[in-house]
Amino acid sequence: MTRTSPRRAVLAAVLALPLVLGACSGSSGGSDDGGPLELTALDYYTDEPSHSDTEKRLSDCAEQAGATISHSSVPSSQYNARVLQQISAKTVPDVVMVNNPDLPQFASTGALAPLTDLDVDTSRYLPSVLETGTYDGELYGLAPNVNTLVLFYNEQMLADAGVAVPTTWPELEAAAAKLTTPEHHGFAYAAASGTEGTWTFIPFLWGNGGSQLELTSPQAQEAVTFYTGLAAKGYVSTSAVNWTQADAKDQFAAGKAAMMINGPWQIPSLNATQGLRWASTTIPVPAAGDTPVAPLGGELWSVGRSTPEREKAAASVVTCLNAPQTQLATALQNNTVPSDSDSAKELAAQQPQMAPIVDTVTTAKSLTSDSGLKWPAVDAALSTALQAVISGQSSVPDALAAAQADVEGQ
Amino acid sequence: MTTSATTVPSSAHRAGAPGGGAQAAGRQERRVGTGARRRWAMWWFVLPAALYVLAFFAVPVVNNITTSFREYTTATFYTGEAPFVGLANYVDVISSRTFGRTTLNTAVFTVVSLAATFVIGLALAVFFNAHFRLNSVLRSLVLLPWLLPLIISSAVWRRMMEGTSGVLNELLGLVGLGAVPWLTDPAVALYSVIIVNVWVGIPFVMVILYGGLQEIPRDLYEAASLDGATGLRAFRSITWPLLRPVVVIVLMLGFIYTVRVLDIVLALTGGGPAGASDTYATQAYQLSFRDFQFGTGAALSNILIVVTLLVAALQLRANRRANDLAG
Repeated sequence: MTRTSPRRAVLAAVLALPLVLGACSGSSGGSDDGGPLELTALDYYTDEPSHSDTEKRLSDCAEQAGATISHSSVPSSQYNARVLQQISAKTVPDVVMVNNPDLPQFASTGALAPLTDLDVDTSRYLPSVLETGTYDGELYGLAPNVNTLVLFYNEQMLADAGVAVPTTWPELEAAAAKLTTPEHHGFAYAAASGTEGTWTFIPFLWGNGGSQLELTSPQAQEAVTFYTGLAAKGYVSTSAVNWTQADAKDQFAAGKAAMMINGPWQIPSLNATQGLRWASTTIPVPAAGDTPVAPLGGELWSVGRSTPEREKAAASVVTCLNAPQTQLATALQNNTVPSDSDSAKELAAQQPQMAPIVDTVTTAKSLTSDSGLKWPAVDAALSTALQAVISGQSSVPDALAAAQADVEGQ
Repeated sequence: MTTSATTVPSSAHRAGAPGGGAQAAGRQERRVGTGARRRWAMWWFVLPAALYVLAFFAVPVVNNITTSFREYTTATFYTGEAPFVGLANYVDVISSRTFGRTTLNTAVFTVVSLAATFVIGLALAVFFNAHFRLNSVLRSLVLLPWLLPLIISSAVWRRMMEGTSGVLNELLGLVGLGAVPWLTDPAVALYSVIIVNVWVGIPFVMVILYGGLQEIPRDLYEAASLDGATGLRAFRSITWPLLRPVVVIVLMLGFIYTVRVLDIVLALTGGGPAGASDTYATQAYQLSFRDFQFGTGAALSNILIVVTLLVAALQLRANRRANDLAG
């Protein structure tokens, strides 16, 4: 008995060893011995039907590339942490989805393979879409479909109040003033802390010629003064500081706001709302004749660094995921804009309610185009500044001076 | 070796006293052999627990400490390069414009949450300690907040506290009171988050204190009531002194849970508006996972760990005193 117990303990320890080692080394996958290439793919489409749709498209595309693919999804809140963990374990997925503002961060790690080296044809893409996937002059990601922000308005309310669809800032303010009644506010936007709040404001900053890196410039001051002024004057509820884009949509759909800034992904929900007559248009510009400049949103597919053979197979999967016919089908299903210019025109013809969104996308810029790697700092600083002004904690110049200091300090 | 089997029971008794077996005269030689093997066996049994502690406690803590002294960016994950920067991350965190406010928020959040949770939890525990009909049904209902996933209950509270269409403001309107900007006013937001945190924390406090109350012998109260001590007097002279060791435990665990609350704040306000409800925990989370500044994020979470350890140590000392008093 005394002799066997240590042996059993050794045995137990030996049995447990692979578990410990396995946990450290992670999965390796792939085969060099002639079998089909086994690729991995990661995204944050945990919701149905997106998850199964993506899985089907991935396995079809892998089959064309003569490979198999194992697909997994992680909730978006844990997504970046998971990808970084895999990067550090050198097990970055072969086909990996990247949310567009995060592309500079992931590309800067060196864990993504530049698509330009992998013979990917990019001639048919909208230039704004290619810019979104580019970091430091190299293309790292391709988005099959993109989206952006537009102005939604309640046709009934505008007609009842005799208000024309606003196209400039003064018109927007006048319309918001006229549409603000005891029952509803004239206008709504998301200003919750975090990316959604910042993103919603960016069209006003860029439309006025401002830059994310010069937050104390007159252009930025004007944009913030105008934007937050709509809340200070009571045309936008001050509750907006805790509204996400979904909350702003709920307010609009419930008839508690006559206009809102939001994205096309809200269209299915708006269409499903009984008795709501809505339409959308490009976001108003400071003065008549100015060009609207909205930020592009959407997810990019990228290729993780591995062996040349795997990278090549993964690149052809990415190309296939971006095929024009798939793009149009997805666009019709999800209310996004195809990144292939011809398919985008086709969509506007088939779905007139998407036309303003297609128009906006052609002049849009990547969300991080002027801030690049500094986007996280800009995002945090600008969101705080907007909240501080709207909630009355700070004046516009003070809030923006603090924001600029935060951006430069990093 | 069959004889050695007979020595098992005797040496097993001494397993707690190392080296005790060596004092026995006679079959010393054989004893040394089995003793050494026995000690080895002991270590094999300890090994799984030791590996567990090492892998899941020591490694992350040491990692967090080394990260806080390095410039750790997203590229570090791939290249492994993280230059040593000394105390720069700590200087950054402490000299940042928001550090004072975050410290104050963390202190207010923790102290007010803990005090309110404790008082309400204690009141409920005393209430349920009496015998009455439906006691156990009601008691299990009070546990409900604990059973719901935090992210769901926070989402529900967020809807209820919505400024224009939330049910709380509609109720206030029904009784003729004005709407409260629960989550959107910088002066109110932190307290709204505290309300939700108290609601979530009450069951924990109540359950542990209720257990403590059940341990107090009934005859003490009977004897006291013969002497005319009932109600508040009985609570002060019997319940409170005998409950003190449990109270200290509840306060210590409550403190550790409260000071690092993250999900409730993120779901309700995201730390806003403009940092009005940011605490050490949310700030550290945002530094690391939104701003990708892992070094400063680690520095701030280390500060949080040190604060927690200090308070826990103080409370343990208080506990020893309470035990001395009670025992």
